Amino acid sequence: MEDRFLEKVLDNRNVIVDLWLREIVPIKDENYPTTISHELIDEINREFVEVIFSSIQHQHDVENIEQFTEKLINLGWPLSFIVDGLQTFRRVTINYILTEFKQIDTDYFSSILEYADNWLEPIIRQLVNEYTISWEETVSLQRIALKELSAPLIPVMERISVMPLIGAIDTERARLIMENLLKGVTQHNAEVVLLDITGVPIVDTMVAHHIIKAAEAVRLIGATCILVGIRPEIAQTIVNLGINLSNFPTKSSLKKGFAEALSITNRQVIELKEEQENIEKLLDSLQKE
Amino acid sequence: MSLHSCICIKNEWDIVGARQMGREIARVMGFCTVDQARIATAISELARNIFLYAEEGKIYFEIIHQHNRKGLRMIAIDTGPGIDDISKVMEDGYTTSGGLGAGLPGVKRIMDEFELISEVGKGTKVTVVKWLR
Repeated sequence: MEDRFLEKVLDNRNVIVDLWLREIVPIKDENYPTTISHELIDEINREFVEVIFSSIQHQHDVENIEQFTEKLINLGWPLSFIVDGLQTFRRVTINYILTEFKQIDTDYFSSILEYADNWLEPIIRQLVNEYTISWEETVSLQRIALKELSAPLIPVMERISVMPLIGAIDTERARLIMENLLKGVTQHNAEVVLLDITGVPIVDTMVAHHIIKAAEAVRLIGATCILVGIRPEIAQTIVNLGINLSNFPTKSSLKKGFAEALSITNRQVIELKEEQENIEKLLDSLQKE
Repeated sequence: MSLHSCICIKNEWDIVGARQMGREIARVMGFCTVDQARIATAISELARNIFLYAEEGKIYFEIIHQHNRKGLRMIAIDTGPGIDDISKVMEDGYTTSGGLGAGLPGVKRIMDEFELISEVGKGTKVTVVKWLR
């Protein structure tokens, strides 16, 4: 019996396509970003229905679906576009077969439903899979990107390194901070490390605990850790929580911390005003000649 | 913003979500930045306790009115192992997870009202309130 339905559907392909397109237009407005032109939507819809038909015709033809999904993902269209389209196609096709064969009994009806499901199920499964794979890829790439950004140690000058921290600190990141700090300190021969927490929204007991442990580890390998960028409200909360951060130096800003780091390493910043003026004079006289 | 909001704590990132939600509610209510930080920190501690000890739980936010004053009440509920000796966990420096042991006593200090109910094997409920000044 399936062949009979299939034949009917394939023979009247154009009628079904027209019915489908008529049905799909009203749901359009909710689904697409308004910036997409009507021509493109129409083109994609036609391609979509082609893909559906070719998949029904050759059950194992997955390449077309793959290509089509890739195109949609690249265009950034929502999965709901596909799901709505397939649901509508199923409804339209079932209605069409019912009206064409004019036969009404439960067995017949349920067998039509079953066939329609069999036609469309592989398509739905594959499309959803493709979408999910693409999302998972994005998420894992972002996770890698985030991990790279999460605890950078910057050697700003000889014997002084800075680690700026931005965003929430979780267990994984705390581990990275510790690792990178210790690795960086030995690699760059740093004597002072400035841990900047300006961008950390909240310092609770866990974050404080990780900072204390990291600073202690840095001390053990012979360097000094200065905690900088403590905002006033964070300072108040730390005191209220009863966290003891007195074992290592802290400064309100990176600037002050850097000055402290310079004095620890017996250096200071000297402005070269006079020399610069001399050079300018020299250049001027050269130009005059 | 609704009068009641609830957030489920299931993984470490939910702690961040709960904290941001609490901070946003506090900001809209008109709390100063220091109190916003206190509220966010308290949520962070309570949510982390849920995540560490009970694995799963909820935090409710509620805006309350009492005698012409307005406040934010937060309730952290879990069905975890419960707390054996409440007076001990309220001591500074007591910890079973290798942390600082400042969480619960710290939360009590940064909030205006604090209530801890717990039954071993059944779960824990922490209710805290911060009044708008």
